[in-house]
Amino acid sequence: MNPAYSVIFFTTASGTGYGLLALLGLFGATGRLPADPWLGVVGLGMALALVTAGLLSSTFHLGHPERAWRGLTQWRSSWLSREGVVAVVTYLPAGLFGIGWVFVGNTGSFWAVCGILAALLAVITVACTAMIYASLRTIPRWSNGWVLPVYLLMALAGGGVTTNLLCALFAVGPSWIGWFAAGTITLAWAAKSAYWVSIDDALPRATAESATGLGSLGKVRMFEPPHSGTNYLLQEMGFRVARKHARKLRRLSLLVGGALPLLLCVVAAIASAGWVSVLAALAATAGFCVGIVVERWLFFAEAEHVVMLYYGAEAA
Amino acid sequence: MTSLPASPSATKLGLVIDLDICVGCHACAVNCKEWNDGGHSAPLTDHDPYGADPWGVWFNRVHTYETGDGADSRTVHFPRSCLHCDEPACVTVCPTGASYKRGEDGIVLVNADLCIGCKLCSWACPYGAREYDDTDGVMKKCTLCVDRIYNETFAEEDRVPACVSTCPANARHFGDLGDPGSAVSQLVAERGGYELMPEMDYRPVNRYLPPRPRKVSAGDTGAAAALTPVDHSTDPSTDGNLPVGGTGSRLLDWVDNMLSR
Repeated sequence: MNPAYSVIFFTTASGTGYGLLALLGLFGATGRLPADPWLGVVGLGMALALVTAGLLSSTFHLGHPERAWRGLTQWRSSWLSREGVVAVVTYLPAGLFGIGWVFVGNTGSFWAVCGILAALLAVITVACTAMIYASLRTIPRWSNGWVLPVYLLMALAGGGVTTNLLCALFAVGPSWIGWFAAGTITLAWAAKSAYWVSIDDALPRATAESATGLGSLGKVRMFEPPHSGTNYLLQEMGFRVARKHARKLRRLSLLVGGALPLLLCVVAAIASAGWVSVLAALAATAGFCVGIVVERWLFFAEAEHVVMLYYGAEAA
Repeated sequence: MTSLPASPSATKLGLVIDLDICVGCHACAVNCKEWNDGGHSAPLTDHDPYGADPWGVWFNRVHTYETGDGADSRTVHFPRSCLHCDEPACVTVCPTGASYKRGEDGIVLVNADLCIGCKLCSWACPYGAREYDDTDGVMKKCTLCVDRIYNETFAEEDRVPACVSTCPANARHFGDLGDPGSAVSQLVAERGGYELMPEMDYRPVNRYLPPRPRKVSAGDTGAAAALTPVDHSTDPSTDGNLPVGGTGSRLLDWVDNMLSR
């Protein structure tokens, strides 16, 4: 599949934003984080900025961005529509929670309910994003049982590293936040590694023989393509990345987005406060961002669509 | 509504494509392009149409495959277009309601006025039936020539999709595959018509008829397995000898012999 940069930016930025929103809602509502106005402004501001930038970016690849609102109408059948609806609804409790935190200086009682609600809706939004991909039977590497947990855990890890960064910057929060962030990173990349093993071991779901129905005549090979030039299908569905690069990029994302932030979060946890933990938390966040962009690019580039069986692929 | 029709009619309009007959002339693809460039989804935009590297939107594409090896290998021409599935995920994934399946005849269509051009429907289609028009910013697809088949200004025999009307080999058939008594359904039953990629579970309506078994021995063609030897011993003109390329006339044989030197 052709990796559209707007969609990669959307899923990574909004995923991280929703992860941060969920953790701020949860930790704010349960009193793990103080109702400090500046922490609220920077933290919730960052979360909502990431989410909003992501959502806006996702409209850039549309043929008619001005009609994007129509995408909110078919939530009965479409995961993309559900994602849009839940994303919009999330702003309400998130905004109220922000008002409580920043202007009222209170994250308890009613405001706490808003925080928990925002956290819940953030999780549901990311789950809807994952289901857009996981529900496509035509792309075996996406309709894989690990896609939903990976999207949720990557968002949680993004929330973990950014919450850790906020706590280090403001010198607030529970002492275990660094360890917590390290835990979320470990879980996310463990799930991603399991996904990679799963897609590498998977048996083909369809073949050139089943696509053409000509298997009874023997092995099916493309003799002549239907057109001498390119077409939309080849550009969108036929994009392929060389296998050797994919392997290298997997290792790179695991190292820069997983191992490095894990190590730095542990450093930040041990340093517990001061400029060492701030620098470590900052570097951990930067590493995670690079890693997750590479991971998401690979998610698209490595995905093979069954329609390519008509264009010479043997199995998908 | 991108939910599928709650109580669809039994009518399932679709195509039956005979892979035994198709000669791969691409006339169906060209006539499809020609008709639809002025039809329901017009225009089917092309880039660089008269240049060195033309490409654009087509609803019908004719692939050619080779199957088997050596003496058993065969060349099969394979037209590919929308199969108007009973479980079209291309419709249910649509976030806007632009994609829909008609309850009355099962045709899958796009309302270009509602389409936001997110392309998700094309990702959801296993058969590559949907092509994005980046000039219009909307998705386009085969309409089963909905603007021909119900067109009362046409003579009745012309109320068939453009691809069917143009096929010079009669390899394409149009009809109601929901009616077991229809000509297309009987053709499917008779010839063992099949679905493409049944494992995807989209339940396509269109059917393909497999190439017939190859006739390899004389007996398969209806001829005698071997010729009966002719008994020349009773033929006085040959003196009991088999004529070798002879005409039966000694003079003509002598002339033939002379001229052949």
